[in-house]
Amino acid sequence: MNDKLRILFNGIIAENPTFVLMLGMCPTLGTTGSAINGMSMGLATMAVLICSNVVISLIKNFVPSKVRIPAYIVVIAAFVSVLQLVMEAYVPSLYATLGIFIPLIVVNCIVLGRAEAFASRHGVFDSCLDGVGIGLGFTIALTLLGAVREFLGTGKIFDATIYPEQYGSLVFVLAPGAFIALGLLIALFTKLRAAK
Amino acid sequence: MLEYISIIITAIFVNNIVFAQFLGICPFIGVSRKLSSATGMGAAVTFVMVLATAITWLLQDLVLTPFGLGFMQTIVFILVIAALVQMLEIILKKIAPVLYSALGVFLPLITTNCAVLGVAITVVQKNMNLGESLVYAVATAIGFTMAISIFAGIREQLARTDVPEAMRGVPIALICAGLLAMAFMGFSGIKIG
Amino acid sequence: MKSTLVNMVLSLGIITVVAAAALAGVYSMTMEPIAQAKAQKQQDAIGQVLPGIEFNNNPAEEAVEVTIDGETVTVFPARKDGQLTGAAVESHDNNGFSGLITVMYGFNEAGDITGYAVMQHAETPGLGSKMGEWFCDPAHSIVGLNAKSSNLTVSKDGGDVDAITAATISSRAFLRALTLANQAYDQFTAQQ
Repeated sequence: MNDKLRILFNGIIAENPTFVLMLGMCPTLGTTGSAINGMSMGLATMAVLICSNVVISLIKNFVPSKVRIPAYIVVIAAFVSVLQLVMEAYVPSLYATLGIFIPLIVVNCIVLGRAEAFASRHGVFDSCLDGVGIGLGFTIALTLLGAVREFLGTGKIFDATIYPEQYGSLVFVLAPGAFIALGLLIALFTKLRAAK
Repeated sequence: MLEYISIIITAIFVNNIVFAQFLGICPFIGVSRKLSSATGMGAAVTFVMVLATAITWLLQDLVLTPFGLGFMQTIVFILVIAALVQMLEIILKKIAPVLYSALGVFLPLITTNCAVLGVAITVVQKNMNLGESLVYAVATAIGFTMAISIFAGIREQLARTDVPEAMRGVPIALICAGLLAMAFMGFSGIKIG
Repeated sequence: MKSTLVNMVLSLGIITVVAAAALAGVYSMTMEPIAQAKAQKQQDAIGQVLPGIEFNNNPAEEAVEVTIDGETVTVFPARKDGQLTGAAVESHDNNGFSGLITVMYGFNEAGDITGYAVMQHAETPGLGSKMGEWFCDPAHSIVGLNAKSSNLTVSKDGGDVDAITAATISSRAFLRALTLANQAYDQFTAQQ
């Protein structure tokens, strides 16, 4: 049981995809203008990650090692396309907001990275747990970054006003603020981990 | 002619792929420690991006749209890009060993460079014709090369400065990238024609 | 697993076929809801921009495309018992701060603006993106202005409308789309 929990929490702290591995930077910067957008992007990636991890651990014994990467890419791309269609049908406004970053989950290094580093070597259940853990780590990081940017930029968190909007510094919602806020958050995370 | 110039200026400065669109961040951070490798990466991306855009545009126009297979776009495009990168690696190794030794190490990294897939999808979404798509791809690639080269120059200097321990490496680099992005915001709103 | 040509081709082929088949299945399942979601969005916008206007037809079904200077605009006429009472007009402008913006505008019979709904935009969050609320805020509202007699440009350009603070380019695009919508509505009513 302890082992399973360790797999789950590994993705959230020790191998947090954003703060430690620093993978998947494009959606991390591009979709975190607000906490809710960051969280949606994180959840969408998590859905693909769990599905692809499960399927890849199922088929790992049938795929010749020389073509495993293309095979994994096909699996991941299929799940991303399914996600695209489902989102367009049932949450069209969210689909419009996240825009091009939804199809780009295909090239998110986190998804292919976990397929190669974990799912191709472990059982179905463990791979699923790994998907949940890494996905959660990614979601938490994106939500946090989105919340920080939204708070500094517009005085809101999850659309709830904390202080009047005109005192916010809009640059944090714009492109430069994404880089700066992420840089500061990674530094903070490194500091906290070193202190432990 | 004017519209091509407008596409070029917009893609390089106003809507820079790295600083405004947040695409291709992984190589931007990962391969920018040295100026020489940054320019190599930029050249490799340019090469692949233009070829990939041409092929995916034709596929979309001649196969996906006429047969109503638009929903297969993501899966087809990524396979084309992956196959293209593989083939380029083999071909370059055979016919242009000099070019290969310069670009070779970067090629495998490009499959998962979201800028390439991003541009291929963007030109379809914006309904550009083949000429506009190619100009857009070239200009975007130049924008990427410029961004990563400027950034590498800054990071070479940064490596010699005394940075607080927790900020070393990626954090301080990201903050510099933020300042660069701020500088690029000065271009925003420029319209030609 | 050892790689031979046969099993490489076979395994990749099978995976691709299964993936494509699964995708086609999901596509056929979601086709209906996607079309519905789009129609619903249009329907909601039409209802939203025509408050207080009585109509008992379905404007979406009677949509007419009007071309002004090469730009195609869609007019959704609202009728009560066959008599035109106003229209929702879906218009656009390509030169917003980040390219295309699409807006639905509502007009009554006299040409007064009854409302608007931003359908699609990529403007800067916190600046141009405010257009959804700005132009219906009582302090600088365009709702109620008569599109025929007002100068629909920003005050900086000598017009009657206050631009969004620090987002003049977005405001101009918004007003150009409005002018286009108004021209289309004029042309449409002239044909009635």
